[in-house]
Amino acid sequence: MTKLFSTIGLEIHVELKTKSKMFCGCPADHFQVKPNTHTCPVCLGLPGALPVPNKTAIDWTIMIGLALDCQINHESTFDRKHYFYPDLPKGFQISQYDDPFCQQGYLTLDSGKKILINRVHLEEDTAKLIHKKINNKDVTLVDFNRSGVALVEIVTEPVVTSGNEAKEFLKKLRDILRRLQVSDCDMEKGSMRLEANISLTADAKHLAEYKVEVKNLNSFRFVDQAINYEIERQTSLLEQGITPTQETRGYDDLKKQTFSQRIKEAAGDYRYFPEPDIPPIVLSKEYVENLRKQLPKLPETETAELVQRFHLNNSTAQLLVKDAVKLSYFKKYLTEIEPVKLANLIINKKIDLTKPLLLKTAAQAVDLKIIEKVIRENADAVAKYKAGKTSVVGFLVGQVMKQTHGKVDPKQAQQELLKHLRGVSS
Amino acid sequence: MKLNQLNLQEALDGLKNQLFSSKELIQACLDQIKTKDKYLHAFLTLNSQALKEAEAADQDKIAKPLKGIPYALKDNFLTEGIRTTASAKVLDEFIPPYESTVSARLKAAGAICLGKTNMDAWAHGSSTETSDYGPTHNPWNLNYLPGGSSGGSAAAVSADMCTFAIGSETAGSVRQPSAWCGVTGFKPSYGRVSRYGLIAMASSTDSPGPICKTVSDAALITQVIAGQDPYDATTSALPVANYSQNLNKTSLAGLKIAIPQEYLSKDLAPQVRQLIQKAIEQLAKLGAKLKPVTLLDPQYSIGVYTLVQRSEVSSNLARFDGVRYGQDRSAFSHEAKNRCLLGTYALSSRYHGEGEYYNQAQKVRTLIIQDFAKLFKSFNLYLGPTSPGPALKLGASQNNPMFGEMEDRLVEAAAISGLTGISVPCGFTNGLPIGLQLTGPQFSEQIVLNAAHAYQKSTAYHLLKPNLNYD
Repeated sequence: MTKLFSTIGLEIHVELKTKSKMFCGCPADHFQVKPNTHTCPVCLGLPGALPVPNKTAIDWTIMIGLALDCQINHESTFDRKHYFYPDLPKGFQISQYDDPFCQQGYLTLDSGKKILINRVHLEEDTAKLIHKKINNKDVTLVDFNRSGVALVEIVTEPVVTSGNEAKEFLKKLRDILRRLQVSDCDMEKGSMRLEANISLTADAKHLAEYKVEVKNLNSFRFVDQAINYEIERQTSLLEQGITPTQETRGYDDLKKQTFSQRIKEAAGDYRYFPEPDIPPIVLSKEYVENLRKQLPKLPETETAELVQRFHLNNSTAQLLVKDAVKLSYFKKYLTEIEPVKLANLIINKKIDLTKPLLLKTAAQAVDLKIIEKVIRENADAVAKYKAGKTSVVGFLVGQVMKQTHGKVDPKQAQQELLKHLRGVSS
Repeated sequence: MKLNQLNLQEALDGLKNQLFSSKELIQACLDQIKTKDKYLHAFLTLNSQALKEAEAADQDKIAKPLKGIPYALKDNFLTEGIRTTASAKVLDEFIPPYESTVSARLKAAGAICLGKTNMDAWAHGSSTETSDYGPTHNPWNLNYLPGGSSGGSAAAVSADMCTFAIGSETAGSVRQPSAWCGVTGFKPSYGRVSRYGLIAMASSTDSPGPICKTVSDAALITQVIAGQDPYDATTSALPVANYSQNLNKTSLAGLKIAIPQEYLSKDLAPQVRQLIQKAIEQLAKLGAKLKPVTLLDPQYSIGVYTLVQRSEVSSNLARFDGVRYGQDRSAFSHEAKNRCLLGTYALSSRYHGEGEYYNQAQKVRTLIIQDFAKLFKSFNLYLGPTSPGPALKLGASQNNPMFGEMEDRLVEAAAISGLTGISVPCGFTNGLPIGLQLTGPQFSEQIVLNAAHAYQKSTAYHLLKPNLNYD
């Protein structure tokens, strides 16, 4: 049996969280919004309506490209991509074909392997089709709230070789996008959508003559599973001497299987040509450099810094960096407590991130002198306690907390107080 | 003179001096439409509110540059609440929910839309004969075509049914019908006037423009409708000059006008060459320096224009998928289907290896643009006939899929290069008007208008009116 090599390319669509849509002023927010309320002549594709590109969306696309070490094209164009579908009101989608904003980048995996990025381009989202039963009739409704929302497509070169590698790449990519604060990357809400192109070949130097696209993968785990399933399925076909059909497949996460959806179109059928309604977009070096300066510290850099400066282990640092809330909490309190300890408390969910840090660890031993001092200075309360009004303990605990500037555990303080009070009474 | 016969400047003066009201002016136009449009068929839909709007204009105390002036609007400009069809049955019942920038700017300036004018369906043609609602007739002779695609607008101005009209040009659709109907048609540069709300024909050349009784009227209308529009990314940020006020300040002394020999070739109709020669002599008398030159033969622009335009048409019409406007796709007429097929094929060929039609066309387009750029290093303008001959007879466009491209061959190169140009009446042959075109570089509107204005003031062709007694 000849060895087969798997060739996998990934396509990731990410909805940008710009305030307005890509080519009109309508609000881009469409999740749980009353259908067809965020629309206008432009995103409905009415006759005579014209697209005007959203500057923020372009800036963010370039920032994504810069974060992925892409080359930024000096001159970019939008192109029309034609196909008929009810979710596409103009009969074409405004996308980028010949000259996208960003090309030829990469993202490095933990193994050191570089996943090459073919392009990062900007386009518009389609309307949403809702399949329903109304009066016992199957109908399809169209919600145009999503029509025209800014959508970034990130395409890798076919250099991924396993489901696991795909999963690692996608997680890293999502962390970067979240760090840039350009997208929520919420797969359940559809703001991050994953596709994998998979083929196998006996000759590692050449691409296979077919490729299978698996669409609508809405979790990293499903990408991993679908890729592994496809590798097995295609291997078995090829071993029987059958070339797998070039097609688009879906993924059934219950059966853990892919299934055929439609035969894939070739690029010519889309009849791409430069969008005449939008002049070419020319970006000066200064403009791009200015955007580069605005880039936040990327997850890789930040993780490395945490490891180096605070001696966190790599996985702890990664977990902190992935979550903006955790990271900022860590940074806020790292002067008050030993950083490794703090990081572990945060990661192990031992502390409530919505409240100020109570340094339990520093309060292990409640200073007995303070307990004695409080008892001495609050003779009235002690007397009441002795008279049977045990609820005054709360007041005394409060006094201890005050004296210690909140740095002791109130429960421990209470225990110590009770010990002393009983001792006093006996 | 009847009120509907007044040109824009005269009508504005009359309203200002309260010689008549806007209501009377509108009524005069409506009467003219009522008695003459049964012969001409220039209008598809009338604005039922026009008289009410005139009454309001008469009460309005705020000064507006076009207050109370009636105009006719080509039916490919969207009008909120007024049916807009682009003369295509596909849009038979389409009542737009928004207003085009051009008509919104005219409305803000106080102009009153009388109604929507007939055109070639989707602006696909140069005869107005491909209208799904039947042809418009030439006011000079009912057996002849008005030209197109803005034929309804040109006929309406020529027959004094309005004070001025708005047309749109992709290649010749303002200037050619203006020439054939004996009126003044001005095509501003691509990017000078917003296309928002104009049903797209070929997006990279579509240019709205006024059709008027005089050049000075065209200057005034252009400065109202021109200028950057946040809804059209292709509009220029260049400030709009006060074209009309600047008109009389300049003479033609020192103006250099090229006479491209390729635009006076042998296939012109008899007398056209003599009429252009006469115009050349007239312009020389006014102080302009004229010189014969050689340009790329305009025949090259026919193929380029046809490919680019058909490609863009096939894309622009894709949205009429039969789902949303009440008619299914069988309502598309022959011409539109023809264009979609050719355009779809041209765009597909980019990737199928049968030939890079679209890319090749764009390359030749660049050569044509460069050819003009070279010319305009030494000249301010060039001139020629607008059309190779006078109006053709009804039926001439039938069974001739390249009719428009051939009739517009003298203005296509300018259109695909984004230039600005004007057509003014320069004489008659067999009782039919002939137009002189003066064309300049992109955004040289003022120079084109100045030259045409000086020429028009020294001639009387634009004052001659067709005999409208058709009974």
